[in-house]
Amino acid sequence: MKRILLGATAALALGATAVSAGTLDDVKARGELNCIVNSGFVGFASVDKNGKYQGYDIDYCKATAAAVLGDASKIKYKPATGKTRFTILNSKEGDVLWRNTTWTFVRDVDVKLAFQGVNYYDGQGFMVPKKLGVKSAKDLDGASVCIQTGTTTELNLADFFRVNKIKYEPVPTEGNEESRRNILAGRCDVYTTDASGLAATRATFKDPENWVILPEIISKEPLGPVTRHGDDQWSDIIRWTKNALLAAEELGITSKNVDELGAKAGNNPEINRLLGTEGDLGGMLGLDKKWAHRAIKAVGNYGEIFERNIGKNTPVGLERGLNALWTNGGLQYTPPFR
Amino acid sequence: MSDTSTTQRYPIGQIPDMPPPLLESGIFYWVRKNLLSSWTNVALTILAVWFLWLVLPPMYEWMFSNAVFEAADRAGCQALGDGACWAFIQERFTIFIYGFYPEPERWRPILAFGLLFVALGPLLFDGFPYRGKAMLFSMAYPFVAAWLLLGGGGLTQVTTDQFGGMLLNVIVGVTGITFSLPIGIVLALGRASNMPAVRIICVTFIEFIRGVPLITLLFVASTMLSYFLPPGTSFDLLMRVLIMVTLFSSGYMAEVIRGGLQAIPRGQYEAADSMGLKYWQSMRLIVLPQALKISIPGIVNTFIGLFKDTTLVIIIGLLDILGMGRASLADSKWAGLSSEVYISIAVFFFLFCFAMSRYSLYLEGKLETGHKN
Repeated sequence: MKRILLGATAALALGATAVSAGTLDDVKARGELNCIVNSGFVGFASVDKNGKYQGYDIDYCKATAAAVLGDASKIKYKPATGKTRFTILNSKEGDVLWRNTTWTFVRDVDVKLAFQGVNYYDGQGFMVPKKLGVKSAKDLDGASVCIQTGTTTELNLADFFRVNKIKYEPVPTEGNEESRRNILAGRCDVYTTDASGLAATRATFKDPENWVILPEIISKEPLGPVTRHGDDQWSDIIRWTKNALLAAEELGITSKNVDELGAKAGNNPEINRLLGTEGDLGGMLGLDKKWAHRAIKAVGNYGEIFERNIGKNTPVGLERGLNALWTNGGLQYTPPFR
Repeated sequence: MSDTSTTQRYPIGQIPDMPPPLLESGIFYWVRKNLLSSWTNVALTILAVWFLWLVLPPMYEWMFSNAVFEAADRAGCQALGDGACWAFIQERFTIFIYGFYPEPERWRPILAFGLLFVALGPLLFDGFPYRGKAMLFSMAYPFVAAWLLLGGGGLTQVTTDQFGGMLLNVIVGVTGITFSLPIGIVLALGRASNMPAVRIICVTFIEFIRGVPLITLLFVASTMLSYFLPPGTSFDLLMRVLIMVTLFSSGYMAEVIRGGLQAIPRGQYEAADSMGLKYWQSMRLIVLPQALKISIPGIVNTFIGLFKDTTLVIIIGLLDILGMGRASLADSKWAGLSSEVYISIAVFFFLFCFAMSRYSLYLEGKLETGHKN
């Protein structure tokens, strides 16, 4: 019996040392990308009538799968709540987190996560019923506030009220949908979440004209993809896949013309490098030359993703705002592909 | 009225039964006895009627007369009426039921679900035709169902991450219910055992399970397990859930059955011993049939609780019917229809739980041996 136990322990120890391959190798061996997404957030992650995931973050999962595995459908989605997302990532049940997650110091440094840039610049705001007659968030003394737990929203709210020396009463819920019910039922005076969420929520109301979004944006919410600490190759892949979609918009590459532009080297060397008709940027990532080509082909460039899921012509109806390209006065900017 | 007003003479011994007076029978009597028997009851009745009058008409309007049953999206619904938008539920019905289960293979869960009743029949009802032979099928059913759902051996393989919706609730619920009862019986007997080792193991297990919330166990199963297992091993997520749910409910089951065991008088054990029955014989023939009968309400209670707990799988990223509902609610075409979704899900759970509770009543009635009065 003792011998068997010893043998088993030895086998476990051996197993532990033998398998320390990077996430890229794991994903390739598995043939599937484990993508952690929101379990339901309007415009960013939802399920359509055929049981297919769709949304802004989902498109990024697809782009990643297309770049790494060559097939945008080879994804296993891992829906996560605000509280479970990091545990799922750190326990290696998921490979990458595309789940509207705010990049903060503590998460980056202390929770041992690696943020790979920002694919959506958001900021926290307030929405109140018009009949409350509030013009500024500073008038909200004593208000009850509907809020989602386990998010940065909760902490920002506490900070804002402390700085302005006013009181509030939190009405916490687990998800966006519950908060929406609460504010509609009048169980709280104010609803706070990221401005994108406020707009999306207001769009679902029967009487959107009776609700005001207050002018104050009380926080910076840079949302972006997350990987685990200590796997730089995989982190590079995620970061540059995101950048490639942005560069595609800057360079005028869309899902429609990418095949044409990527067929042979053209006049613009940056397009050539990005689409792999010149140089071998993909090889440096551990992928092939056509990685970015496939990602853009699968979901389109940054602008296409934005307009399809949350843009002006969708029910969510968001403006590009801070998320316009830097050349159009926004913050979206990618380091060069060189 | 005519036969009560005129006095009629009957031969002695042939007087027919007269209908009871109008106020002592039928609906009038029922109303008087149940709703208006005292001033407090009159007041309560008026209050209740007033409350129903406030609630029911608007509810009927919202759910039926103003409801929209066909529309392409939420805006379309609102244009047609300001009641419930059942068009959404209609569109999503299949994914609420099957989750991500591939469409051409959906006959398999249906067949498995149908066979479940064939398998349950002989177990639940005495009068089932060919009960003995049908029992054999019941024994084989878990394997048949697993084969149908997962595929392999001639059928297309379906991985467990494609399970979802109601299918997932039923799989987790039925598995937990089927396996927790026998495990619970063994644990309860172990706890009452004279052998210290067996007793200590059983007590430790039961107390551990009862001391930890199910959500924690599920979370451990989904994320912590990969820290303990050697890297590279992948252990099916649904399998982990099934194991955890089964262990969890068997801990509770053991305590319910222990309650039943303790209600059996000492004399019954001694009588069994004096008949020369071995331990298992006396348990099987004398003690357990009585103990289980007493425990039926508690057992079914645990089953119902377990079935409702299956919605907790959303914590670990499996989309059961509730998770599917939430994920569907985030579809920007339909967002904001949460009442419709939550009401439908409530109806679904009510149907299942109510059926279980009715069966338990039937069983209690059938096994009633007149010891109560």
